[in-house]
Amino acid sequence: MISIWLIPGIICLVLVTATIKKIPSYEVFVEGSKEGLQIAVSLLPFLLGMMVSIAVFQASGAMEAVLVLFEPVMNAFGAPEEILPLAFIRPISGTAALSMTTELIRTFGPDSFIGYLASVMQGSTDTTLYIITVYFGAVGIKRMGDALKVGLLADLVGILASIIIVIILFQ
Amino acid sequence: MVNLIWALLAIIGIVYAAFNGTMKEVNQAIFQTLDEAVMITISLAGVLVFWLGLMKIAEEAGLLRGLAVLFKPVVRRIFPDIPDNHPALGYILSNMTANMFGLGNAATPMGLKAMKELKDLSGSDHASRSMITLLALNTSSLTLIPTTVIAVRMKYGSSDPTSIIGATILATIISTCAALCIDRYFYYRRKRRLGL
Repeated sequence: MISIWLIPGIICLVLVTATIKKIPSYEVFVEGSKEGLQIAVSLLPFLLGMMVSIAVFQASGAMEAVLVLFEPVMNAFGAPEEILPLAFIRPISGTAALSMTTELIRTFGPDSFIGYLASVMQGSTDTTLYIITVYFGAVGIKRMGDALKVGLLADLVGILASIIIVIILFQ
Repeated sequence: MVNLIWALLAIIGIVYAAFNGTMKEVNQAIFQTLDEAVMITISLAGVLVFWLGLMKIAEEAGLLRGLAVLFKPVVRRIFPDIPDNHPALGYILSNMTANMFGLGNAATPMGLKAMKELKDLSGSDHASRSMITLLALNTSSLTLIPTTVIAVRMKYGSSDPTSIIGATILATIISTCAALCIDRYFYYRRKRRLGL
């Protein structure tokens, strides 16, 4: 697999270039690293707050109840209702989405229609709420402007696109 | 809007639990999540410390500037507000490249560093135009090789685990284009409102 070579390759390229240009690489590394630690520390309150709220929503069973309401919408697009929880949870929680994708692939088989759909959906969008929390939290942005609307609308387009593409290609 | 979503998720959850008899699960979830959040932050800290150190070397060695020059025509169009030769461009490009190759844990540190540069550029705690665009690019996830999904498919015995790559790329291109268009639309709407 290429991916095994990718990261060591990047590290090697950076270090070789720095050494040729006579840059004190170790000192510069430490200097840059310190910023990483600061970012991580300032991140915790944002991440923790958001994760607790989502966990409460999920554990209470309210999430499942909301999903039932959306079933007719999903059926109108010709998508199986088994995929609905994944489509709904993908922008909200990355770990929950991955475990749902894994469960769907395990139950229906990786080469079934639902298996393909779950794979493409999981791969083609990211966890919007997590990214907004982390990216804006890390630098202390308080006013998010239209960021959330843009992210969620793009997710909706991505999920609909996944369904349509998989229907065309695999059914 | 985030304040409202955050509060509503918790309030609806607790009220629903009261009627649904799941209050015990809610309690469990709260304390379990605290641990989880700390664990995620710690593992993110390792990744952040490593990649930001390495990328600092890349920046000093001129590699990031090189990347920025190479993709200048594209980035200029997507981020018209960032001045030429600004270090944010190099980090944005590293973030996008890492995303494309499915290196999620390298993409986040570079995206965060890019955000920080953009904040230095704008100097306020309001999200700037470029910040929203960077966010839109990341939420729509520009993946070329969905490594995690391929691994899961392999594990459950797919006859062709990589068969979804084409469909994923197509879906990701559509969602990324849509993200950029929606972002532009909201930008012009903001501008019109301020103009009135």
